[in-house]
Amino acid sequence: MKSIAFGQYYPADSVLHRMDPRFKLIISLLYIVCTFLCKNVLSFSVLLASALFLIIIGRVPLRIVLRSMRAVLVILLFTAVLNVFWTDGDRLLLSWKFINIYAEGIYNAVFIMIRITVLIIGTSMLVTYTTTPIALTDAIEDLLSPLKKIKVPVHEFAMMMTIALRFIPTLIEETEKIMTAQKARGADFSSGGLIKRAKALIPILVPLFVSAFNRASDLATAMECRCYHGGEGRTRMNVRHVRFADFVYLLIVIIFGAGLVYLNIFGIGYTMK
Amino acid sequence: MNEPLIKAENISYRYDGDDLNKSPVLNELSIDIKEGEFIAILGHNGSGKSTLAKLLNMILVPVTGKIYILGKDITDENITDEDILTLRKDVGMVFQNPDNQLVATVVEDDVAFGPENLGLPSEEIRERVDKVLKGVGMYEYAKHEPHRLSGGQKQRIAIAGVLAMEPKCIIFDESTAMLDPIGRRDVMNSIIELNREKGMTVIMITHYMEEAALADRIIVLDDGNAILDGTPEYVFEHEELLRSCGLNIPQCTELVHRLREKGIKLDGDCATVEACAEMILKSLGKE
Repeated sequence: MKSIAFGQYYPADSVLHRMDPRFKLIISLLYIVCTFLCKNVLSFSVLLASALFLIIIGRVPLRIVLRSMRAVLVILLFTAVLNVFWTDGDRLLLSWKFINIYAEGIYNAVFIMIRITVLIIGTSMLVTYTTTPIALTDAIEDLLSPLKKIKVPVHEFAMMMTIALRFIPTLIEETEKIMTAQKARGADFSSGGLIKRAKALIPILVPLFVSAFNRASDLATAMECRCYHGGEGRTRMNVRHVRFADFVYLLIVIIFGAGLVYLNIFGIGYTMK
Repeated sequence: MNEPLIKAENISYRYDGDDLNKSPVLNELSIDIKEGEFIAILGHNGSGKSTLAKLLNMILVPVTGKIYILGKDITDENITDEDILTLRKDVGMVFQNPDNQLVATVVEDDVAFGPENLGLPSEEIRERVDKVLKGVGMYEYAKHEPHRLSGGQKQRIAIAGVLAMEPKCIIFDESTAMLDPIGRRDVMNSIIELNREKGMTVIMITHYMEEAALADRIIVLDDGNAILDGTPEYVFEHEELLRSCGLNIPQCTELVHRLREKGIKLDGDCATVEACAEMILKSLGKE
């Protein structure tokens, strides 16, 4: 379990991996907006193509991307079914007892499935697959830093995130150790009903919490010894400089969004309300 | 140079909630540490050695007594936050558990943590990080994740993290206690190199006699007081006294003592295995 991957970061060398994480965050927000701008067959097709384009330039294997889609498959199908049955329209396709299915319902279902799919592919390609958690934390700290003016503890949140990420593998290792130790004493974690299994976790959780608090206290002392005194007056070793290319990427996304709005005019078939 | 780096005068410390009838953790302790010294502080559990370390960089404040670092009174009530930061920069500390003192998820970011807190410019931080990582022989691991390294490697990263702040003195609080023999040897080598080659003042808290024997001077703590203070050879002469406070002398010293008891003439003092072997060989050669 030591080889556990944080989040879903997929190490590779691509345009998306090299992009400034701050810009990636902004761009992915804009991209989310883009998915909501689409209204008809034409704009949705372009949107879907753009998601495929992101997968290709991000150099993340398709099967890994699809694997992450599997988790939301149920939600995807559920919304699709809801849309098929609950959309009213003019072109009735099927009518049986109280169920009426309209062509508009089918369109809506497909469009919304595409929207959710692209939403997930887009954000994971722009952020989770191509940005290390630590770079992401730094980027969030940078982007939220104006909030420091209104006394939001942005640095403290970022520090907590960093430490949490640092201690995840340590605590996983610790959990394994405790489990082994308890098994050696005859503890049984894998039989019995739900309640019995939940109860069996108590002898793991108690020592784990005790040790986590001890670690926290040690770490606090160690950080104090290394002159930690909050975010004030703190500098960074790695300062990110904004590059011209990052602005170009930003501009491309904005043009892309405008393009989608323009494509909505060409009403082929059904246009979403 | 004549001024001691660290001077403690009659310091006492008692933890909150400790029984007032019991003797305090530290009881009227006075010590002097000069620049460039390599000092081992010995003592069994509860002898107050870790408390002493925490007092020296103001993680704790003594109940009574005075501590001077480079002539500056750090027990002064009017000490400013800035003074405390300078003090902690000057007196670095490496702890026992390597896992609990690394902050970042990448080795070089962790080493940069101290200098970043000092507010140094980015270029200088980068320079220092590269330099100290090379110094402890961990440069090739700069981009690694600390949790994938061995205990000894993590501890060397922790040393690098302290060195990056360019301290005047480093306190090792049982830094080898949780390591395997190889890790312990590597860390000890780094510590010795720091003292011998870079002239760094080292205070090493330990309960391993073999490690203490490598120091220039040993201070033995028992019940919050320094009961012995001198060279390893001098300290190891007092076998009975050491035993009475739960410490054993190194095996090689014990061997020499027993040989003398048997009437074999051995000249000089010895604290390390090499010195002992040499002494025995010399006496064999004479016979």
